[in-house]
Parts: sequence; structure tokens; C-alpha cells
Amino acid sequence: MRERFLTGYNDFVLPFVCGMLFVIVYCMVGLIRIIMQLPAADRKRFFISLVTPKTAIRNIKDIFLKCLIHVDLWKRNKLLGYMHSSIAFGWFMLILVGHIEVLLYTSDLGPKALYYPIFFRYFVAETETTMKGALIFFLMDFFLLVVLSGIALAIIKRVRSRLFGMRRTTNPSFLDLIGLYSLWSIFPLRLLAESFTADISGGSFLTKSLNYVFTEFLSNHANMLPAWWAYSCALGVFFFVLPFTRYMHIPTEILLIPLRNAGIRIVNARKGFARAQVYSCPSCGLCIDACPMGVLKGNIKDTTVYLNRQIRRKNESRIEEISDKCLLCGKCTAVCPVGVEGDKLRIAQRSVRHYNFGPDYSNIDISDQINGCNKFVKNTNSFVSSTGNERVLYFAGCMTALTPAISKATCSILDKAGTDYEIMDKDGGICCGRPMLMAGRLIQAAQLVEKNTGIILGSGADTLLLSCPICYRIFKEKYTLPGIRIVHHSEYFDELISSGRLRVTKGDVRYVFHDPCELGRGCGIYEQPRNVLSAAGEVVEAEKNRKESICCGGSLGSLTLGFDKRKAMTENALNNLTAASPDRIATACPLCMSTFARYSDRPVEDIAMILDTVTERPAARSAGVRPVKGKTDN
Amino acid sequence: MDFGFKLSPSSAINLDNVNPDKFEELHRAEPDVYKCMACGSCTSTCPAGRYSGMSIRKVILALQRGKEKEAVAMMKNCMLCGKCSMVCPRGINTRHLILSICRIYEEERK
Repeated sequence: MRERFLTGYNDFVLPFVCGMLFVIVYCMVGLIRIIMQLPAADRKRFFISLVTPKTAIRNIKDIFLKCLIHVDLWKRNKLLGYMHSSIAFGWFMLILVGHIEVLLYTSDLGPKALYYPIFFRYFVAETETTMKGALIFFLMDFFLLVVLSGIALAIIKRVRSRLFGMRRTTNPSFLDLIGLYSLWSIFPLRLLAESFTADISGGSFLTKSLNYVFTEFLSNHANMLPAWWAYSCALGVFFFVLPFTRYMHIPTEILLIPLRNAGIRIVNARKGFARAQVYSCPSCGLCIDACPMGVLKGNIKDTTVYLNRQIRRKNESRIEEISDKCLLCGKCTAVCPVGVEGDKLRIAQRSVRHYNFGPDYSNIDISDQINGCNKFVKNTNSFVSSTGNERVLYFAGCMTALTPAISKATCSILDKAGTDYEIMDKDGGICCGRPMLMAGRLIQAAQLVEKNTGIILGSGADTLLLSCPICYRIFKEKYTLPGIRIVHHSEYFDELISSGRLRVTKGDVRYVFHDPCELGRGCGIYEQPRNVLSAAGEVVEAEKNRKESICCGGSLGSLTLGFDKRKAMTENALNNLTAASPDRIATACPLCMSTFARYSDRPVEDIAMILDTVTERPAARSAGVRPVKGKTDN
Repeated sequence: MDFGFKLSPSSAINLDNVNPDKFEELHRAEPDVYKCMACGSCTSTCPAGRYSGMSIRKVILALQRGKEKEAVAMMKNCMLCGKCSMVCPRGINTRHLILSICRIYEEERK
């Protein structure tokens, strides 16, 4: 292959080479730091997952689909998806094809390998005909065109983000803007630079045509070097600012995906996995539109994207403000295209807060509580099997204590179905610990978990029935209850109906179901409550539902949001629910119910209350189903 | 012998001896603290009341009167469940109030 210069070097490559080396060194140091910050067990798990074929394949697949193709964005909005994948995938292919080209045609690379794949056209004196590589020339121009189309869309998006399905976008920081403008200029400059050399070292439909059309200007070789300098400088600037801008998400996400696939969780608020998440945030701003607090403009700067920015800046007072305000509804986590867990990140920030004193529950004696709900134990001791095969322990929870209609309806349904059950918190139980956990007081939450575990294990039940999704989530995630099935009442009722234990008469009321945050996004239960409702009446859907349902605004997650500030959020959530003009609003959370009931123009009910009104009391087994203490025949 | 009455230590509080700095700090952190009208709704719903006598109504009063020890002792079993904030007719953010007290006040050294 003929080269234009004997040395194969020109000074203009320096900005690019320095920038690239800087980024590589920075990322390597960052990578080692994050891995060293992981707890030893997690680190071992991470390394094992890297060599396990199953996770390794999943890693490669996820990196390809998420980092290059941006599938999550495609699902959200086609234009947004195309914009991101054209830039990411197009650029990746330019780099890849550039390397293939250099490896095919150049021998004896040496240090030239650093910049030849990028500036190849400047250094060769061959054309697409002499090099028999018209396909490669075509591919290079094609992918350049793809990237350019993406850049054009990105420019349009800055002005009209609504076209891309985004109402609000992030306010970029100063360095973000420098990174943004240098990124935008890289590809037009590359086109210009390659067009200058198209008559010397060949090109394809894009560069060659440009060279012919603007032959006066582009064939003047005196202009050539400035263009290549500008291209290299744009790359250099981009690389030098990259670690301090949102573009850090490009290298970090490649680390985040294997970490997540290895099953690692946030332990330290700022280090290790949390750090990888913070740096993976691309500041896209999808969480801004998602955040239920966004109805009040003053809260926009308290969304996850700004939390990540402030954590990177170590702005402690703002971190505290942002993390304490959040409702922890988890919607930002659900919509995040890279998987930053905004809610868990905030709980971690709360957990490092210093308190002078904290609660201590060691004085609480649970023996009274156990005695109040251990009828199953007595039964098994006297060798009398309870009537049903299941021994249900019903934990209504704190919030249900304020909405006794729910627990009453639940008990009534259980009676109608002939379930053998016992109530765990007849006169006020111990809190499940989730509110404590959400406040970041993990030790105290663990103590509460321990107390409740003692009561449940002492009760002799084999099924724990819960009315409140807040309890349900922590029971699922943090409790170890061997041999005990944990069910939410919506799941349980769905089973009762489908197994025919409840006789339901369908009415003609139109219900809309509000997915409570903790039940839907928190535990992934979407179908069962809808099944229950469709047995009772007609179900219509809210404008935004399931994974994207809007928090009622009553969440215990927020520590600082006062009562008055939540009204707008509740009203916004209600407007979303009543889009299809339902007769009644149904939910499966006592907290959502009482929050909505305050401002709703139509009745708000829990699915237990709805189901109870449409269920008949079976005449045949109305008596003698529940075992009465002392009347067992042994 | 039962006289129908007995001598008990005076419960008079000399507010001149109470240092209001901490309560003012609490008020800055959670301005709602002055909104409390001592209705006791919080107390009646509190699940910790049966264990440590927790009553956020009493805690606010005790802190204003400089009886920090009593207040801290009451709060020992608070589970932060948030029922008090739901029933509060004045809309006080009691959970933030409780966390602020935990941050500002100190437990008596044993």
C-alpha cells in the first residue's frame, strides 16, 4: 500500500491521541477504583459472573442492545431511539470498520496504530479502485451519514424535544455544553476533512461527491490540513471533557451492565455500585417527565438526574435536600434507559445521615402478640388439623388500621371463602419496618423485621396475607420466613375467585385500577388486582398505568414534602386515573385509598371492599366452617 | 396512712432555665412544629404508644418545656410508620419532625 508520507505522522494527530490516552487512563483508574470499592463478596461474585458463560453472554447481549442500539429508547419513542442508536451504533461502526481497514491494508503499524484507524484517509495515497475495497469505502461513508443524521436530530431535539416524546429535558451544565458542541462538530468536520482528501485517497458516495461538487474549494489542498486539525481538535476536546460531563455514561455503562447482571446491589451510598450508577446517568432527563413531583415546577431540580449530578459534584446540602424530598415511587427507576435506581440511591444517601439518637425496640416483648395469634399452634399440638389445608395469618398493617373498612372487608371475604385465618395485629401490631427503611434507618428497620419474624414464626401459620403493599414489599424483600408463603390480598383474592371458592356476581360498574407504587413497580404485581376487578365489573385503564402509573402523592417515602405540597400531585394522579371516566377508582393500597379519597370526585375503594360487596355468602357453609376454639373433637 | 392526697415533687417549670436554642433549631428544620394544637390524634393512632408511651403531642410539649429526657425516652419506640402524619388535622409532617428531633437533640449519656 502506498502511503503519502514516509513518516506516517503529522502533528495534527496530537490532540486526538492525547485526548484518547487521557480518557483511557481515566477510565482504567475509575474502573479499578469502583471494583476495589465493592465489598469483597460482591467483588468475587462479579469476577465469577464474568467467566460464567450464561452471564457473560447476557453481558455481551445487554451491552450491544443497550449501549449501542438503545432498545429501551426505541420502545419509548422511535425518533429518540433512532437518534441515540444512529450516533452510538454509527460511531461504533466507523471505529470498527476503520480498524478493519487499517488492519487489512497496512503492515508494520507500530505506534501508528493509535491514530491510523481514525485518520487513515489522510495518510494513504490509494483510492477505492486501487485498493479493491469499494465496499469498505462505502461503509465508512454510509455510517458517517447515519451519524450525521443522528446529530441533525440531536440538534432538532435541543429545540423541539416534544417531537421526541419529552416534555422537559435536562438543563445541561457548562461542561456538558462543551462536550455536546464538540460531539456535534466531530462528524461534520470528519466529513469535511475526508472530502478534501477524496481525490487523493478515495471516498464513496458522500465524500467523493462533495469533492466533485465543491471542487473549487475542496480540491484546494492548502485547505486540507486545517480541516484535519479541526477534526482532531474536536475529538481531543470531547475526550478531555468527557470524564467531567454526562458523556461519562458511555464508558461507565459498559461496567454497570456486568455489575447489575452479577446481582450486585447498592451497599455504600457513594462508592462501588452506587458510584457506577451515578456515572452511568446520561442526563437524558426521561426521569424529569416521569417524576410525580414535577407537577410543581419547583421540584424539577429534585429529580434523579440532578441527584446524580450533585453526587458527582459532592454538593452535600443539595444531595440531602433532593434525597429527602423524593416520594420513592420508583418511576424514575422504571423509565431509566440505563437502569439507575433513583429510589435505592436515595435510600442509600439517607442511610449515611447522622442522628444523635435513634429508636431501639429491644424492650418490646412479643410474647403477648404471639399469644394473640397462635391458634394454629394450639390446633397442631392437639392433633386437630385445621379445616382447610392453609393456615392464613392476616397482617393488616399500620395503614390498614386507619382504614378499617379494608380489614373488615378482607375478613368478611375470608369468611365467605371458608378460609381458616387469624389476625396478627388485632389491637395494633408492630410496624413492618418499610417506613423505617425508607427513612434510611436500616438498623432500626432490621430490628422491626426481627420482631415481626418472631411473631409470624410463633403463630404456626403457613400463609401470610397482607393488605398493604408497603408491608408486602418489605416482607418479600427483607424477611426470611421459611415455609411461609407471603401473599398480597389481591393475589389471594384472585386465587380464591379462579379456584371457585368465592361466588362473585359481576356488576356493571366501571372501575379504573390505580397501580400502587410498591405493589406494581415494587413487586411486579399488575395482573391479579385487575383480574379481581374484572370479576366484579368492567375495568378501564388509566392514561398512564402499570409500570408508569403515577404515585398518589401520599407516599411515606418523602421525608420533607409537607401535606400542602402533595395536593397538586394527588390531583394530577387523579386526572390521570379518570381519563376514561370510570365510575369508581379502585386501588389495592390503604395509603393510596385514603390519599385519593381526600380530593377525589368519585368513590375510591380498595379491591377488598369492592369484592366483598359483589360476593355472596354461601348459604350451605355459612356455619361451622371456621373451627371454634374448644369445640374440636379429639 | 391515706390522707386522700400525697406530697409529690413540684411539676412547675421555670421557662427561664430552659435553653430554647435546640427548639428553635427544630423549628427551623420543621416549621410545622408550632402548628400543633395538641389534639392527640397522633397519640391515639400510634403503635409505639403501648411500648414507650410515645405521643408526638407530648413530645412537642416536653421539648418546649425543656424536658428533653422525657421526650427522648418516649421516642425510643417510634416506628416512623407515618400514621400520625396521616391523621394530623393540621397537616404536620410528623415523620420529618421526629427525624429532626433525632438529629438535633441528644440522648442522655448513661
